[in-house]
Amino acid sequence: MSTANTTPVLQVIDLSLRYQTRQGEVQAVEGVSFEMAQGQSLGLVGESGCGKTSVANCLMRLLPENARLARGRVRLSGTDLTELDEEEMRSYRWRRIAMVFQAAMNSLDPVHRVGQQIIEAIEAHGMETTVADARERVARLFRMVGLDPQLMDRYPHEFSGGMRQRAVIAMALSCDPDLIIADEPTTALDVIVQDRILRELKLVQQELRMAMIYISHDIGVVAEVTDRIGVMYAGRLVELGDTAEVFKSPMHPYTAALMSSFPSVHGERLPLVGLAGEPPNLIDPPAGCPFHPRCQYADEVCRTEFPARASRGDHWAACWHPLEAVPHSENRQNQDFQDDGISRIGGP
Amino acid sequence: MQTPMATLSQTDAGQDALVAVRGLTKRFPVSKNLFRQPSSFIHAVDDVSFGLAPGESLGLVGESGCGKTTVGKLLVKLLEPTSGRIRFRFPSLDAADGGAGDGVDASAIRNADLRAFRRQAQMIFQDPYESMNPRRTIYDTIAEPLAVQGIGSLVDRVDRVTEILTQVGLTPPSSFLFRHPHELSGGQRQRVAIARALVIGPSFVVADEPTSMLDVSSRTGIMSLMQELAQQLGISYLYITHDLAVARYMCHRIAVMYLGKIVEMAETEELLRNPLHPYTRALLSAVPVPDPTYRRDHPDIRGDLTLPIDPPARCRFYDRCPAATDFCRDNAHPAMEEHAPGHWVACYEA
Repeated sequence: MSTANTTPVLQVIDLSLRYQTRQGEVQAVEGVSFEMAQGQSLGLVGESGCGKTSVANCLMRLLPENARLARGRVRLSGTDLTELDEEEMRSYRWRRIAMVFQAAMNSLDPVHRVGQQIIEAIEAHGMETTVADARERVARLFRMVGLDPQLMDRYPHEFSGGMRQRAVIAMALSCDPDLIIADEPTTALDVIVQDRILRELKLVQQELRMAMIYISHDIGVVAEVTDRIGVMYAGRLVELGDTAEVFKSPMHPYTAALMSSFPSVHGERLPLVGLAGEPPNLIDPPAGCPFHPRCQYADEVCRTEFPARASRGDHWAACWHPLEAVPHSENRQNQDFQDDGISRIGGP
Repeated sequence: MQTPMATLSQTDAGQDALVAVRGLTKRFPVSKNLFRQPSSFIHAVDDVSFGLAPGESLGLVGESGCGKTTVGKLLVKLLEPTSGRIRFRFPSLDAADGGAGDGVDASAIRNADLRAFRRQAQMIFQDPYESMNPRRTIYDTIAEPLAVQGIGSLVDRVDRVTEILTQVGLTPPSSFLFRHPHELSGGQRQRVAIARALVIGPSFVVADEPTSMLDVSSRTGIMSLMQELAQQLGISYLYITHDLAVARYMCHRIAVMYLGKIVEMAETEELLRNPLHPYTRALLSAVPVPDPTYRRDHPDIRGDLTLPIDPPARCRFYDRCPAATDFCRDNAHPAMEEHAPGHWVACYEA
């Protein structure tokens, strides 16, 4: 989807977040910048602790006590969210920017009817003036996420996990936000339910022309629901580009490693290639490129200087030695199986 | 409906099976009233039969609540079956059946025999954060099975624990021996859990979602470690997972479970390329593909997963099946039949 000529809905500029802990200051997010156009979907991928949820919490300004925004600007439709006071931000949250959490299906209040909880959210933000209008809106939202509108007067315990997750998505959509952030919204669900919810979410997002940030560790899901993909490592955004481009020929060795370690049930059984070592400690991150201790291409410059961006069109990676533009599957099949401490699996 | 034994002998690994399961059934009572006999039962595992050859890895795949973990627990005797038989042909248990060599029935393994049984059958759990005592050192955790089994002197045990730590890739072992679980990453903890299960040299291991809590980069390491150790030490796995893609890399054969029943079983690539049961097809087509250019078909099944509480006799998948007919509605749950060599399906329409 090409929407590059319109003004961005979201501009994130040099976002840097710190957590104070007893062990020291954690550099959870460091210098993250990206833009999103209306109707665009961006996948954020990376291992646990890489900062993807922290980025989302920054955008929502839902940060724990020990968090501190060190630098950065977040502009949503022109308004700088970092400059709003708490009261103003509250009216922005859900109205302009909404989020679906991983365990959101457990966040519904068990003693109130599901529809009533959404109506309250709509009324709190002054979206509809009469109860009848609000109910009509909920019915429309229910249909949108594939729930029977007659279920709106039921209680959460009468819903399955998948139905509750859809209700929560309906709630997030209830105030027509400009941006929706979905943080692992289907991770706790079985694949068949996940498949249905992903399809509904994608349809609704396109229909309402919302921008969507989709956070997941499952690159299969991200491949299917997003237009662009951002890869995070050690608090940094290390690669960004069109989803199809990034999958076809990743530029950052970390992105390539992430993809090579992901199994698929379809197509040929390519060998899985693991990644040696562990992500760095973010209290004392390594100098230079944070990936250099695990990178097979690392040399002197990688150990001392944070990489400049290497670009191929609007696809870029923060790497001194970006990978050549060859199909990733070829790359993967031609790997020599040498004894280098990296685990590989061909099959049982 | 009881499946005839004649057909079953071909669903398993034949006479040489290390573990042979016949008509395994487990029902859990659903108590509505504390003081009355339960009147309803969850049919968690219902008439399940399969065999596992020495050195083979069999994947048990299905959605949450399908009974796959219950099967695993029954096989290591953490649960007792309601009915059905499990026979083990473990070398050290042969004495107990008079040395005839045709195995030992699980129901005959009690008390002192149970300790000998546990030397051969071990389990690896899903959550490396909850399956370990946080106050005990890595040495204590791994050496415990040796202590319980009374294997070796203290010096021998230290040697053995050091050796297994090296085997599972926690090197140098001296830097791990006296650490506590909270000092290790998830991947390292799962390596400790594997070391604990393998330290006494079992021939059969039930692995219950051992990688589902791990990040992709440590996941591949754990998968290849389990595979290497299986080959080196001749271990058979019952590999329980919800993830068909993981099973593809770990398992020689895959059995698909739905609401307590095995509905399809075949060699891994055969099952993935040529799924015959409508449920297997749905499960396969629901898995997202890490390739943005790939367009997959979406599953066309209706409704949601339920619990098998006193289910009707007909096919368990009837209510959600896109291929269901009146015949399926009016007849008992179909028996497993062999549609191609080694490819078994329980479906009237397959």
